[in-house]
Amino acid sequence: MSLKSKLHEIKKKYEGKKMAPAFNALHTFLYTPNETTHNGTHIKAVDDLKRTMNTVIIALVPCLIFGMFNAGYQHYLALGEIESANGFLGSSFWTLDNLVVGLWTVLPLVIVSYGVGLAVEFVFAVIKGHEVEEGYLVTGMLVPLIVPVDIPLWMLAVAVIFGVVIGKEVFGGTGMNILNPALTIRAFLFFAYPTWMSGDKVWVHGAVERDNMIAAGQNLDAISGETILGTYAQSQEVAYSYADMFFGLIPGSVGETSKLLIIIGALFLIFTKIASWRIIVSALAGALVMGLIFNGVVDAGWIGESSKFFGLMSVPFWQHLIIGSILFGAVYMATDPVTSSQTNKGKYIYGFLIGFLSIMIRVFNPAYPEGVFLAILLMNVFAPTIDHYVVQANVKKRRKRLKMVNA
Amino acid sequence: MSNDIKIKKGLNINLVGEAEKSLEEAIVSNFCTIRPEDFHSVTPKLVAKENTSLKAGDVVFYDKNHEEVKFVSPVSGTVVEIVRGPKRRIDAIKIQADKEQTFKDFGKFDMNSDADTLKAHLLASGCWPFIIQRPYDVIADPARTPKAIFISGYDSAPLAADLDFVLKGKEAQLQAAVSALSKLTKGKVHVGVNANTSPLSGLNDVTVHKVSGPHPSGNVGTHINKISPINKGETVWTISAADLVIIGELLLTGKFNAERVVALAGSSVKKPRYFKTRIGSEVSTMVYDNGVEKGGNDRIISGNVLSGKQVKPDGSLGYYATLISVIPEGDDYEFFGWNKPVFDKISSTRALTFSWMNPNKKYDLDTNTNGEHRAFVVTGSYEEVFPLDIFPMQILKACMYEDLDEMEALGMYEVAPEDFALTEFICVSKQPHQEIIRKGLDLMLKEIG
Repeated sequence: MSLKSKLHEIKKKYEGKKMAPAFNALHTFLYTPNETTHNGTHIKAVDDLKRTMNTVIIALVPCLIFGMFNAGYQHYLALGEIESANGFLGSSFWTLDNLVVGLWTVLPLVIVSYGVGLAVEFVFAVIKGHEVEEGYLVTGMLVPLIVPVDIPLWMLAVAVIFGVVIGKEVFGGTGMNILNPALTIRAFLFFAYPTWMSGDKVWVHGAVERDNMIAAGQNLDAISGETILGTYAQSQEVAYSYADMFFGLIPGSVGETSKLLIIIGALFLIFTKIASWRIIVSALAGALVMGLIFNGVVDAGWIGESSKFFGLMSVPFWQHLIIGSILFGAVYMATDPVTSSQTNKGKYIYGFLIGFLSIMIRVFNPAYPEGVFLAILLMNVFAPTIDHYVVQANVKKRRKRLKMVNA
Repeated sequence: MSNDIKIKKGLNINLVGEAEKSLEEAIVSNFCTIRPEDFHSVTPKLVAKENTSLKAGDVVFYDKNHEEVKFVSPVSGTVVEIVRGPKRRIDAIKIQADKEQTFKDFGKFDMNSDADTLKAHLLASGCWPFIIQRPYDVIADPARTPKAIFISGYDSAPLAADLDFVLKGKEAQLQAAVSALSKLTKGKVHVGVNANTSPLSGLNDVTVHKVSGPHPSGNVGTHINKISPINKGETVWTISAADLVIIGELLLTGKFNAERVVALAGSSVKKPRYFKTRIGSEVSTMVYDNGVEKGGNDRIISGNVLSGKQVKPDGSLGYYATLISVIPEGDDYEFFGWNKPVFDKISSTRALTFSWMNPNKKYDLDTNTNGEHRAFVVTGSYEEVFPLDIFPMQILKACMYEDLDEMEALGMYEVAPEDFALTEFICVSKQPHQEIIRKGLDLMLKEIG
């Protein structure tokens, strides 16, 4: 008996039973179901939610792979065991050694993220009797990419449970949530375990451990793993070239450092029509405008070098796009169709404000110099309001038409 | 101002099996079946009991809520069976056709009569049900006066019958019908045609609009939205061009002649072509003997593949249908169907799907849903295929949570389920858009009226 007919028999056997959603999830993972249309359209386009989510995952894979190599590269670079790669194709970057460290540190993050997250999803599906929905496929991939490499796995597990339950399931599951689940998870980590989510040690594998050993009196070379934003916030010179920032050979969250690969992923998502180009473009425009404003403030001499905001304010406006995670956020986080604005006009406003606020928070919050996730979560909350006003414009037009007829 | 309507948003779905332009007489059907479910929101009150013999044009039943709206027999014959469903609901009235057809004579209509006489004539002769009103997409309420009447002379739906071909030679009937109908409205009779060669483009007493663009450019709902959108309290009427022929013939000859040219199309049909048949005829007289494999795993649809109704092989042609589509059933599993590259199905995205590379390619689609039902997730995709000035997703959601004020504000008076056929087709979450809209309209009809 073929696998297909065997699965079909099991499906029939468990129909209506409690465990059916869990089984169906596995079944539909292997085979698209044999469901046919009834009323309404008799034919359907090929895309389903699985394909949509899968496309986003494909776009994320290059970032993940790069993140693994970069984890190893930053680790060995900090130890002083390798020379700087001097460029994207540099000889000391794409090495097996780097990959091994990456696999050792990043893969567990992926496994915990998917394992814990999907387990929660299955449990909710079985309890509430709905199908296992695909939303977590993308969330599960995003989570390891937006955390520091050395984040303890138990913290990640706790955060994932929090994020999936409070961020999504309490609202009714995929499609009903207000906040982006991946960012809810990151926000939970940020506020619950701040020492693990910011500062100058967490971004490089092994740095925290070694720091503790130094504190305990051992004689080791101190290694630094500060992000560029942190350096700027303290008005210090940045040791990385623009090329390194663009190609991603810098410390940072696992998947967000390589702007090149994010741009390639963005182009892929825009081409496949999965992500909204409106949000991406307007978010970048918002970031540039805010950057220009800050540059203007510095140029006008309204703020002195002694100010704690001077460092980040004087960063050339375009450079904001290649440092920090504004690009990653704009492409993969802001475009989440469920939590973003749903109207096309709303998407422009929503995206612009995300970019604008990201840079604003980044500059005015020098203790934890990254504002993208806060800006996106904030705009998630306001997205329905934006939509409301866009829709009201259409409603008003209809009312006006009616008045003209009756006049 | 130009009368032309050009739309950019939409999607042409090219399917294999378009009907060849050759006309055949269908085998005369022994039975004619009328299904009250074809007439949405009508509560039938039977006049013709079992064993009553009828002439074509004799009343079979009327609408309990609007007693003047009569439904007449398309054939002469004897009522052999009243099929009833749960709660004694009337599902179908089956009439055995006489060998020699006889017609009830309604008399040649005096074209100089006034609107009320015409109304009474159409009501008595059973031609009234051809007139559909918006809001609510139901048979027109005779007590109301529409602000305009809309006729689409172009069907842009997949595999649709070519109305230029179907209506050829019927100019006299069409002219009589539109001249008469123009008396029923204070406004104009708007006709949408695709090309100047349409038999409808040369008529008097109408305003002709040339429409172009992808489907749903031929939908009458698109024309209404672009020409004269419906406001609260207003009514417009729509009539399908094929039904105009029947109305015209009644006015000219006094006969209710339910003859109609119907396209048989779809990838499961060996030789797709046109048939001359009657409303309510058995589908089997056309689909077998002439192309569809007996016992094959096919879906027979009275109407088009986007908004038609499924019929069984022993079922009958719907009251309004000008098309029978036959496509394969898709009741099979597909291994890793959700993530492998797809070349043989249509998609509005480019997510490992390649229908965008060859927009004129014809596809052989089946009835598989290609995925499971989910909550709304993706946004912005409906707007790409929805040319009306309405927010499709917001109005669907308003229908789902039954907020009457919001439905009204978002433009519910302007829409019919078929306007949402394309958004339903491309819906990633496989939501039943047309059903949601139909339920919303029913609720409004009940609560607001």
